[in-house]
Amino acid sequence: MPVSVKNRLLVFLPLVIFALMALMFYGALQMRETRASSELESVLVGRAFPPFNLPDLNDRMRTQEELIGQVTLVNVWGSWCPACRDEHPYLADLVARGVPLVGLNYKDTPENARNWLDFFGDIYLWHVQDQDGRLGLDLGVYGAPETFIVDKMGVVRYKRVGVVDERIWEQEMKSVYLRFGGVLTDE
Amino acid sequence: MYPEYGLIALVFAGAVAILQVVLPLWGVRTANRTLADTSLPLTVLFFALILISYLYLTLSFLIDDYSVAYVASNSNSMLPWYYKLSAVWGAHEGSMLLWVLVLAGWSLAVAVLNRSLAWDFRATVLAVQGFLALGFVAFLIFTSNPFERLLPFAPADGQDLNPLLQDPGLIFHPPLLYMGYVGFSVAFSFAVATLLLGRVQDGWADWLRPWTNVAWLFLTLGITLGSWWAYYELGWGGWWFWDPVENASLLPWILGTALVHSLAVARKRGLFQSWTLLLAIFAFSLSLLGTFLVRSGVLTSVHAFASDPERGLYILLFLGLVIGASLSLFAVRVGDLNPQKGFKVASRETGLLVNNLLLTFFTAIVLLGTLYPLAVEVTGRSVSVGPPWFNLFLLITAVPLLLALGIGQRLRWRSDDFARVAAMIPLPLVLSVGISLVICWVQDAFHPLLILCLVLALWIVLHLVADLVQRLRSGGAKWSFFTAGWVGMATAHIGVAVLAVGIGMTATRSVELDVRMTPGTLVEVGGYEFRLQGVYVEQGPNYVADVADIFVWRNGVAEALMYPEKRRYLVRGDVLTEAGIHGNLWRDLYVSMGESLGGDAWAMRIQVKPFMRWVWFGAVLMALGALIAMFERKNRAPMVREAHAG
Repeated sequence: MPVSVKNRLLVFLPLVIFALMALMFYGALQMRETRASSELESVLVGRAFPPFNLPDLNDRMRTQEELIGQVTLVNVWGSWCPACRDEHPYLADLVARGVPLVGLNYKDTPENARNWLDFFGDIYLWHVQDQDGRLGLDLGVYGAPETFIVDKMGVVRYKRVGVVDERIWEQEMKSVYLRFGGVLTDE
Repeated sequence: MYPEYGLIALVFAGAVAILQVVLPLWGVRTANRTLADTSLPLTVLFFALILISYLYLTLSFLIDDYSVAYVASNSNSMLPWYYKLSAVWGAHEGSMLLWVLVLAGWSLAVAVLNRSLAWDFRATVLAVQGFLALGFVAFLIFTSNPFERLLPFAPADGQDLNPLLQDPGLIFHPPLLYMGYVGFSVAFSFAVATLLLGRVQDGWADWLRPWTNVAWLFLTLGITLGSWWAYYELGWGGWWFWDPVENASLLPWILGTALVHSLAVARKRGLFQSWTLLLAIFAFSLSLLGTFLVRSGVLTSVHAFASDPERGLYILLFLGLVIGASLSLFAVRVGDLNPQKGFKVASRETGLLVNNLLLTFFTAIVLLGTLYPLAVEVTGRSVSVGPPWFNLFLLITAVPLLLALGIGQRLRWRSDDFARVAAMIPLPLVLSVGISLVICWVQDAFHPLLILCLVLALWIVLHLVADLVQRLRSGGAKWSFFTAGWVGMATAHIGVAVLAVGIGMTATRSVELDVRMTPGTLVEVGGYEFRLQGVYVEQGPNYVADVADIFVWRNGVAEALMYPEKRRYLVRGDVLTEAGIHGNLWRDLYVSMGESLGGDAWAMRIQVKPFMRWVWFGAVLMALGALIAMFERKNRAPMVREAHAG
């Protein structure tokens, strides 16, 4: 190796190895983009939202029945989750455009959650407190943030793992939301 | 307007970088020295503009300008001023700007300190540096603008700096690390310039050595500091986790270590030329790869920055361009360089060859272990490669490496004779095994790993001592070998030995206990008695902490006071552990607070870790060795040493 570089093929070896690695990285990047919509989708999409009977942040009991009647976005969040802060402004945009948004406060304490909402603004209709993460388990939650589209009959129609931003909304979520009869005030 | 000034400076810097690439290369091509020498003022100008940009961002932090999105999400009016300064590199955008600043600083140093370099060489090196800088400036401007405004609705206060980063260790960790990462760019640019010009500059290894040493030194310190930070901040008491991002910083370090050693051969004997060039390209390529892995979000890790596939794609393209082009250049041009000279099997060269092969092997292993989960994931499944795997290969590599190191330090250049080498082995071997067994007997611990580490450490040190004695006994100019190069080498190698002892001791002799403690509880761990006196609430500048007050006794004598904390940062609501640590040369006492268990009871993790400090101390010695070796005078007469060594 260091002794001789007469072998012309050998000197190309680093380049070839690198090219293979680069291909793999490209693949991994592509995966990151599509992972959200592919991986856990099949488990829950098309099924009813798992039943629950849990307090909201004002300690009123809530059940899955209350999701029925309109197409709703259910957003899994926690005050401990940095990415939830990133997506909050865009969710606020959607709420301003008439999208009903319900929070699933995941593995959090009520006081931390209320603090967080005071700071960033409570744009949600209400929040389910899922302190021990059991509802999250039923939903197959990976980690916050995740966002579900639940139709008028309470059936899960879409699942997003990761931040919701304009690109995701326009490319994936909006069509699902409208197809099941969701309302946007600006369209 | 300050953020806009910063952005304007950044954009101008980009324009200057374009000139810094084009003009010097054109000058070299047309043999126009005046044109080529424009690289000097352009490099200075580029540095000045980046510095201005950086200072404006810092200013935005200091004056709490929350209309700047980056400031709003990484600072807060309650944040102490020194953390406002370090918050500049607390997240992706700002740390990228720091990266470019460091790169500009290295280019500036090359331009200022190396006027003796042949003019076309210097111009080409600076042009390559300019190209790298251009890539990163464009990355900043197009995907990661730190000056983006939140207008017209600026928040009243910021979201605070991530509390994990609110720590003195973390103030210096990224800059040191970047100094190291980016420092390898000099070696890289030099290698590319050599290949581009198709000829080898006289004394190139002499020239490259101090640059590589400094970069390696900074990287060593940066990694050490990061490890030390993880040790006391993450609350697990571990100091190396084989986390993908840790590995990303370790990869250029291992290969950089190989480069430092192959440069020694290139310098003394003019060998390993093309191999050294390849290592130089690889070391910096791995730095870039680390950047990609950390910033693109392809890896999941505690360190990973907020992921953004668009950024990932950009860095991947740039990575492909830089590494692909330089490796192609290597493949095409390396044959045109000087032919190689030979050397005998028993020689210092062989020792360093073994060093290089083993270090390259280990680099490949760490790279494989880090990327394997990624590769599998592309096929749709998911695995993880854990510490046992890495540790196994560390052992497989380290044993032959350290054995070779012991002997290698004493070998002569070019040719040594087998009988002389064979005679070196028995005494240090017997002594190191004997002393190790005595130490284990005194400590009453016969763990195989501990014995192995002690033997290897002693083996290295005893060979150094033997070498010293032998040289002093021989006649002639006794102290002629006692150069900065030799002292630096000895210091760094003693550092390796110290590190080995630290690893062996902490890995095999640590004691750990998870307990429930209420005020008054007395717990005995590893011969020390820990008593929880009470838990108090303490108000920090931007956090509230529960502080445990722990008294430690040993055999009835007061030994230490410890104050582990559980902090709750007010703005983000994050809870953080600050371990209580009491350390001396022989052991660390380590207490971290877990959860509150109701009432006044707390979960506590208590650890006694013998020789923990030796790990950091060894790493610092290695860095010190690299520093000392830099002051070696230029090597004019490569054969001088052999003459004296006889």
